[in-house]
Amino acid sequence: MSHFLRRQGWVTGLFALLIVLFIATKLIQPGYGSGDFGSLARAVLPYAFAVAAQTVVVIAGGIDLSVAAMMALTSVTAASMMAGASEEYALFVVPFVLAMGFVLGALNGLLIVVTRVPDIVVTLAMLFVLQGAALLVLGAPGGGAAEWLKAMISGTVPIPGLPDTIDAWLPKALLVLVVCLCIVWIPLRRSRLGLSIYAIGSSELAAFRSGVPVARTRIIAYALSGLFAAMGGLALTMSTGIGAPIPGPYLLASVAAVVLGGVALGGGKGGLLGPIVAVFVLRLVRTDLTLLAIDPNVTAIIEGLIMVAVVMFGAFITMRGRQ
Amino acid sequence: MTTSPLLDASGVAKNYGAVAALRNASLSVLPGEVHALMGANGAGKSTLVKILTGAIQANAGRILIRGEARDIRSPAAARRAGLLPVYQEPSLIPDLDVLSNLRLTGTPVEPFRAWVRELGIPDLDLRDTARDIPLAVLRVLDLARALAVEPDVLLLDEMTAALPANLAEKVLEVVRRQGDAGRAVIFISHRFVEIAALCDRATVLRDGETVGVVDIVPGIEEKIVELMLGTRIVKTQVARSASEKAAVTPARPRITVHSLRVGTKLSDISFDLWDGEVAGVVALEGQGQDELFAALAGSIKPSGGTIEVDGSPVKFAHPIDAIRAGIAYVPGDRSEALAMQRSVRENIALPFSAALRNWGPIAMRKERATVASAIQRLQIDTRAQGEVQRLSGGNQQKVTIARWIAADARTILCFDPTRGIDVGTKQEIYKLLRELAGHGKSVLFYTSELEEVQRVCDRVIVIFGGRLVDIFPVEEADEPALMRAAYGLPRGAKADVGILADPQSPSSGTIP
Repeated sequence: MSHFLRRQGWVTGLFALLIVLFIATKLIQPGYGSGDFGSLARAVLPYAFAVAAQTVVVIAGGIDLSVAAMMALTSVTAASMMAGASEEYALFVVPFVLAMGFVLGALNGLLIVVTRVPDIVVTLAMLFVLQGAALLVLGAPGGGAAEWLKAMISGTVPIPGLPDTIDAWLPKALLVLVVCLCIVWIPLRRSRLGLSIYAIGSSELAAFRSGVPVARTRIIAYALSGLFAAMGGLALTMSTGIGAPIPGPYLLASVAAVVLGGVALGGGKGGLLGPIVAVFVLRLVRTDLTLLAIDPNVTAIIEGLIMVAVVMFGAFITMRGRQ
Repeated sequence: MTTSPLLDASGVAKNYGAVAALRNASLSVLPGEVHALMGANGAGKSTLVKILTGAIQANAGRILIRGEARDIRSPAAARRAGLLPVYQEPSLIPDLDVLSNLRLTGTPVEPFRAWVRELGIPDLDLRDTARDIPLAVLRVLDLARALAVEPDVLLLDEMTAALPANLAEKVLEVVRRQGDAGRAVIFISHRFVEIAALCDRATVLRDGETVGVVDIVPGIEEKIVELMLGTRIVKTQVARSASEKAAVTPARPRITVHSLRVGTKLSDISFDLWDGEVAGVVALEGQGQDELFAALAGSIKPSGGTIEVDGSPVKFAHPIDAIRAGIAYVPGDRSEALAMQRSVRENIALPFSAALRNWGPIAMRKERATVASAIQRLQIDTRAQGEVQRLSGGNQQKVTIARWIAADARTILCFDPTRGIDVGTKQEIYKLLRELAGHGKSVLFYTSELEEVQRVCDRVIVIFGGRLVDIFPVEEADEPALMRAAYGLPRGAKADVGILADPQSPSSGTIP
């Protein structure tokens, strides 16, 4: 039990914070209901995938600045392919776009490993390349999306036997998020590959000496990041029905949520759950501040302060725990 | 009964750019033997070990394992070939727990547990994160992890450095039994005592070449030292003339420590340090010596007691306060003291050139002259002076001391400066410390090797469990007396040391 608390303490704390925020939301806006929660889940979806993409790489001791650009490129690719095409064609588009993200991510990793140029430089360069490529694919927001894809994240999950009032709190977007992340993350976490990703982030030398193929592991970590980013791109297309070539605010948001989610920027520490909960926290804070009719510029300042305060508080608790 | 070697490496060479780390090294290890690999700093021991374990690739040479040529391209390949190293630094992934670390290397858990118990750690929780485990225990875990897969050849690099006596004893015992079981162990150590007790043969490297393979028989030490150094050296007991000491006895001590207390680690420590003396500090691992040195160096604040420098009380809030008072700290871990990517010159000049109040350009000519004289005085090997990280351990240690000589510090706190460096450099450091004392400086010298006390110190301060046990004049500080004191027994006590060794965990063994 003490082990569980020590490991999951941060995530538990974040969950508590999230619940407090929900209560605050309900107090500010007594009418806050299942519909609002559904739109929160939909709004969170692309952010959550961006965060997952960043988390994998940060745990492996790196950083990926190309996350948002990758999302933009995959989003416009999907949108332009599906524009005017049949519903069934989308069945081909989805795996194609996911594979594209995976390969581009692997390319990131390969460049870092082979050229030995620092990751921050390689992925920054990749940011510009992908941004340009996205504009070549679609010069302006446009394209389309299959109806069944759009339907996948709108509405709620009807679970037989449960009353509608509970069903209403289970938006499909949340289910899509959980399923997509679990399919990749849970097998990974239990495999030797997952351990290797943590190992190279924690200490590259020790990992090398333990027989971990460091280069290959790093490439795979970036490839997984690309895969998650592609999921994020698809989520964008699914929720808007089009593709937008200009990257959204997902890069800095992903780094923020990674930090808030208890993943050490130096690598080796943390999990996926923390950052995902952190995304919800950050989004909900924004919702609350909007509901309070606070100047949007002040909102940004408050978000920044909350992040610093939470991370400092966490470090303080950890230090107290050690003594 | 086969006599063909388990491991046979010959003609191994490795160049780093223009610098040849290994020219023509060979090493042949028979089944059932514990084989010492010896050499002065920079002789190429570490390079040879890295090649044998797949961490780096040789430029030339042939490695046969059980008579078969093997290409060892990675640590994983070395592992498959039956070659397993235990490096000087712990190799567990710091952020993973022990169990995940075992999973990562595919080490079976039960044999690992058995070895850990065998090696004297009865209560290990496999779910502890490696980062939270003390250094000495981590080293033992590294060894247990290697033993658990039953390697044909085990490579131990300075395994017993940094181990407290009780754990070291267990480790040596287990290593000896590996040899008896028909496996082979390559043992790298700077401690002749261990090598004499443990090893069957020794291969000696000098300047990247194998210069001799000798059987370990009584009295072989002279021969090995001779091989390592290339010329016959006279075994010098560093001379201390009593007159020199008497001549400079000043009116008051340089530093007076009174009832010093640091958290729970150190309590009620009082002693004086005089100009012109080397005062030894002897303690087992983690008895509060780290905190004592840190408090004197100004890097932690004591929670009680006083420190007086030249008779006036001081409170150090920052290392700069200690440095201004002329007190310099040379840490045991060289990477704590050096800017590894910077040059030898910059590292030596740092304390006296980097003061913020010195606006304007650095007086380069003066700096160069000071640095050059310090390099000269310590005979630092400057072939790779562009980056300190490329120097050998012994030369790095010299740089950490040289900077304080260049900065003309009056008191030097040396924390285990000879850990893991070769005999030749050790001798130079002993001589240097005596010289410093001869020039009226004071030196506080913590050492984990008891034999150094007789060579260097004038007095010895022994700490156990955060308390002062005794202060010996050097004449009475022979190794048995120090060992007893280090285990908390003052002079004259005759109780059995073994039982009192570690009151917290009675099963953790006895000392020699």
